Amino acid sequence: MSTLGTTERPVAGGRFRFGDSLAGYGFLAPWLVGFFLLTLGPAIASFYLSLTDYSGLGAANWVGAENYVRIATDDPRFWTAMNVTFTFVLLSVPLKLVFALAVAVALNRGLSGLSFFRAIFYLPSLVGGSVAVAVLWRQVFAGDGLLNQALNTLFGFEGPSWISNPSTSLYTLVLLAVWQFGSSMIIFLAGLRQIPQDMYEAASIDGASKARQFFKITLPLLTPVIFFNAVILTIDAFKAFTSAFVISDGTGGPIDSTLFYTLYLYQEAFTNFRFGYASALAWVLVLIIAFFTAMSFLTARFWVHYDD
Amino acid sequence: MTTLALNKIKKSFGNLDIIRGVDLAIGSGEFVVFVGPSGCGKSTLLRMIAGLEPISGGELSIGGERMNERAASQRGIAMVFQSYALYPHMSVYKNMSFGLETAKMPKPEIDKRVRKAADILQITHLLERKPKQLSGGQRQRVAIGRAIVRDPKIFLFDEPLSNLDAELRVQTRVEIAKLHRDIGATMIYVTHDQVEAMTLADRIVVLRAGVIEQHGTPLEIYNRPANRFVAGFIGSPKMNFLDVVASDVRDGGVAIDIAGKRARLPIEGRVADSAKLSLGLRPEHIETDGAGGLEFGALTVVHVEHLGGQTIVYGRLVDGQSLTVALDGQRPISAGSTLEVRIAAENCHLFDEAGDRIGR
Repeated sequence: MSTLGTTERPVAGGRFRFGDSLAGYGFLAPWLVGFFLLTLGPAIASFYLSLTDYSGLGAANWVGAENYVRIATDDPRFWTAMNVTFTFVLLSVPLKLVFALAVAVALNRGLSGLSFFRAIFYLPSLVGGSVAVAVLWRQVFAGDGLLNQALNTLFGFEGPSWISNPSTSLYTLVLLAVWQFGSSMIIFLAGLRQIPQDMYEAASIDGASKARQFFKITLPLLTPVIFFNAVILTIDAFKAFTSAFVISDGTGGPIDSTLFYTLYLYQEAFTNFRFGYASALAWVLVLIIAFFTAMSFLTARFWVHYDD
Repeated sequence: MTTLALNKIKKSFGNLDIIRGVDLAIGSGEFVVFVGPSGCGKSTLLRMIAGLEPISGGELSIGGERMNERAASQRGIAMVFQSYALYPHMSVYKNMSFGLETAKMPKPEIDKRVRKAADILQITHLLERKPKQLSGGQRQRVAIGRAIVRDPKIFLFDEPLSNLDAELRVQTRVEIAKLHRDIGATMIYVTHDQVEAMTLADRIVVLRAGVIEQHGTPLEIYNRPANRFVAGFIGSPKMNFLDVVASDVRDGGVAIDIAGKRARLPIEGRVADSAKLSLGLRPEHIETDGAGGLEFGALTVVHVEHLGGQTIVYGRLVDGQSLTVALDGQRPISAGSTLEVRIAAENCHLFDEAGDRIGR
């Protein structure tokens, strides 16, 4: 009988060496310190604070689930923020996906200067989330902004102040988000490159038109990438903050029309000094994101095609 | 009847000529194999026939109709790809029915065709599976099935066995030959494997650098290779080539000196005295016993491969030229020993300095 499977290493060779482990932990230290001090520590602390009435000063008094009960039953601005955030997520994520995919497909057609266009289209993703661009966006969509000047010159149309109008302000933020389609596009482009060319050749011999090839070959084979992008974009959209903060001067206005969830959370913490309550809001957001992510993974097996 | 005709077909990428004026007529029901080394243009030629590669010059006609500008789907062909190119997200059934659904064929007809093809290929039990749940051989069958359901005039195979292991390759080769007999369609098959070419083809087309070097039945090509390239490419182990010098050219014969021995070979055509020639000898035609024929003297054995059914001997003649000998059965030969080797005159091939066959 073979004894290969039961052979054990000699004790001397496998002896635990404390010095070796120490060196390993030494190299890991920067990450470990960062994780415990900046991620896990604050997360635990915020959960504790969410069960208190901590105001940033003085003692944190235990209030149990009171903050969560208030969120659910007695906070109209929470529901406003939810409404604004969900509208933003439901509009910006699909639009961004479609736009990023459309540009990726166009770029994948073997254009010359592909890397140039890829860089140009990626640029908004690098700068789009910055305060400077949000300020620029304000200038573009203001009453006397670039957009209205262009509309006036081209069509003689006197546009409203898109940002000051509660019925259009959120859509300008959706547009700003969609404009930052670059990173999704790059991932789509990589996904498109992975689809073997002979699949399209087989389809063309089968008589499939370009449109049929796109819907029957490209899209199904791209579903793992679509899934990845959708999950990442959804999480990002729920966490969107900078654009609304800058464009509404931190108010979420006009009339709370751009009151993103994170902006409301920020106001509760740093304007109203209700850190305990803001912490509870943060944990509710974690649960919402976790729920949508879990749902995405649960439904994935019905529509995401993995080759292997 | 001619099904497919290539007339001065050319393919260029920029200044680079890949296919340089190919003329070929393929008859209805014929099994033609394009064979040649990597980069000879055989796959490109097949893809041009398929409509996957634009034709730079010349004319391609199928069933008498010019096809140069026709879309791939309009040419009445079906293709089996080297990678199978199965749609990974579709079941075997869907893979096979995709083209028919695209052509908007009625569902009952699609079902009938898919099930008939599956029956021929014995993959009915796999119809609901996805390609990733299949073995390499099963995927290959599905790829062939996808071609069969289209009921094409011409089947195109692009190195379809190269991703299979040796045993499965032989098995699938036999099945493809049987399929050809059963459905009788025209088949064009690309391979770099000369054994596949010899075993499958009604006619072999040997290509080199975008030019047809020779086409003919497998035995024509084996027995009368048109040049040194074809002679060396077809046959395994490869044909031996010995450098010889022509002398005493007269009466339809030429004398050659090999390893210090003089032999006389019958030839047609003209050979100049003192011309440098190449004598081609197939390893399996060289004998070590008996008498008569051309004698080469002693062969010093350098290496021996015992294959069971055959013994391959690599050695050197007294003039230093290498010679490979393939002997039937198991022989007690070892490196360092010597063998007396000879060959029947009718099994000798002579090539001139340009590599062309000196007709006989």
